[in-house]
Amino acid sequence: MQDLGISVLFQGRNFIRLLEGLWVTVSISLISVIISLVLGILMGLIMTSKNPFITLITKVYLEFIRIMPQLVLLFLVYFGITKAFGIHLSGEVSAIIVFSLWGTAEMGDLVRGALISIPKHQYESGMAIGLTKKQIYFYIIIPQTIRRLIPLAINLVTRMIKTTSLIVLIGVVEVVKVGQQIIEASRLSVPSAAIWIYGLIFLLYFIVCYPISLLVRKPMEY
Amino acid sequence: MRIKKLTILILLALSVMGLVACQKDGVDNGDGRSQSARTLDEIKNSGKIKIGVFSDKKPFGYVDEYGEFQGYDIYYGNRIAKDLGVEVEYVAVEAASRAEYLVTAKVDIILANFTVTKERMEKVDFALPYMKVALGIVSPDNALITDVQQLNGKTLIISKGTTAETYFIENHPEVNLLKFDQYSEAYNALLDGRGDAFSTDNTEVHAWAIENEGFFVGVESLGNLDTIAAAVQKGNTELLDWLNNHIKTLGEENFFHQAYEATLAPVYGDATDPDSLVVEGGIVE
Repeated sequence: MQDLGISVLFQGRNFIRLLEGLWVTVSISLISVIISLVLGILMGLIMTSKNPFITLITKVYLEFIRIMPQLVLLFLVYFGITKAFGIHLSGEVSAIIVFSLWGTAEMGDLVRGALISIPKHQYESGMAIGLTKKQIYFYIIIPQTIRRLIPLAINLVTRMIKTTSLIVLIGVVEVVKVGQQIIEASRLSVPSAAIWIYGLIFLLYFIVCYPISLLVRKPMEY
Repeated sequence: MRIKKLTILILLALSVMGLVACQKDGVDNGDGRSQSARTLDEIKNSGKIKIGVFSDKKPFGYVDEYGEFQGYDIYYGNRIAKDLGVEVEYVAVEAASRAEYLVTAKVDIILANFTVTKERMEKVDFALPYMKVALGIVSPDNALITDVQQLNGKTLIISKGTTAETYFIENHPEVNLLKFDQYSEAYNALLDGRGDAFSTDNTEVHAWAIENEGFFVGVESLGNLDTIAAAVQKGNTELLDWLNNHIKTLGEENFFHQAYEATLAPVYGDATDPDSLVVEGGIVE
């Protein structure tokens, strides 16, 4: 029975199909993550502004994105834009838009939090030993901000990667969906397929997410 | 500070450009601006029809190990495309968003085991049916249940949230129900003898009975008969009429029995009567 289960992975193009599904997952999340990191840092800087109007706008944006389930946002962009403006976006583009909007909002809040968490005396001490404003930012504030930011940002990135399993609902077939297709196609012939397929998917997600956490160990060391 | 602002601006511009570039790709594979469904001519001229199907509901719509769409719905879809003289592009849809694909004209037809209901009729237009489902009851060979009356005072296994649950609560309160959250648990309960029979959609019990020796579907069709039909965008009468005429022509050659033989028979086996599932020419007896 167990031999039978694992053989599902190598029937036909099954294994390649899972890898193709993984590529869809990885490429969509990677593009969204890059956009979110860049725009999120900007967003965070904007959010520290004391201008009440800007604060209001960014607050509304952040809360809107945070309260809305990602699935609703996906439907809004994929079906809603077509309904409202008659523009057909592909599922992939809709997914990237939604994940970037979400990532930017969350990342912005993380950056804001990291920035304001640096105590005032850090700025003042810098000034006291005669550093210029630029030097204070470069040598004192930014390194500390990054150290505080990285674990939070990594958490967000892995969350984004895992949430991509929702995009199947707007017609983008990614790794989890391919897995379900294979399980369902062999449900009667190989009942134990599920454990092998999900096991492999777990491994694939791990292979994608683990290097990301390895990558950040370096800057965390100093 | 100047430099910093500039870099930020450039980065911002780049990412916006990236998004716009992606958007362009997206627009191209739609039919331009229109959100109303494509006419028959537009489909023919484009040389391709888009059909929304399930990708994980064997044996109706699924993807085989070579990544190709297969199943009863697909067999029908291929025929539609062939008779229209166009290529077919299958779009994998999920149960929850099936209707929405039609409303926004992202596909021309939905062939995803779409059960005809009143609520759905308000959102989409259904063509004539090509399949029907009802409840079935599977039980052990040595204590076969061939009639609902035999269940009086006995224990019937049910999956929670299925039509079988509502049907037996409303119509046969004399039957003791043993409920499970998942199909697999319910089947195991039947194998263990914790109940006398198990009831759910007849398609489902048929497929299971084939795989499990010693069990047989004694009651093939029970309860309300639901039909399954192709659906098009509301108001797309041109395509709807074409489908209806097409299905009548197909009835003359017993097309859906062929579809049954090719796709469902290997799963349901000889024990199942094709007429308990197949609808020919759109006529339900």
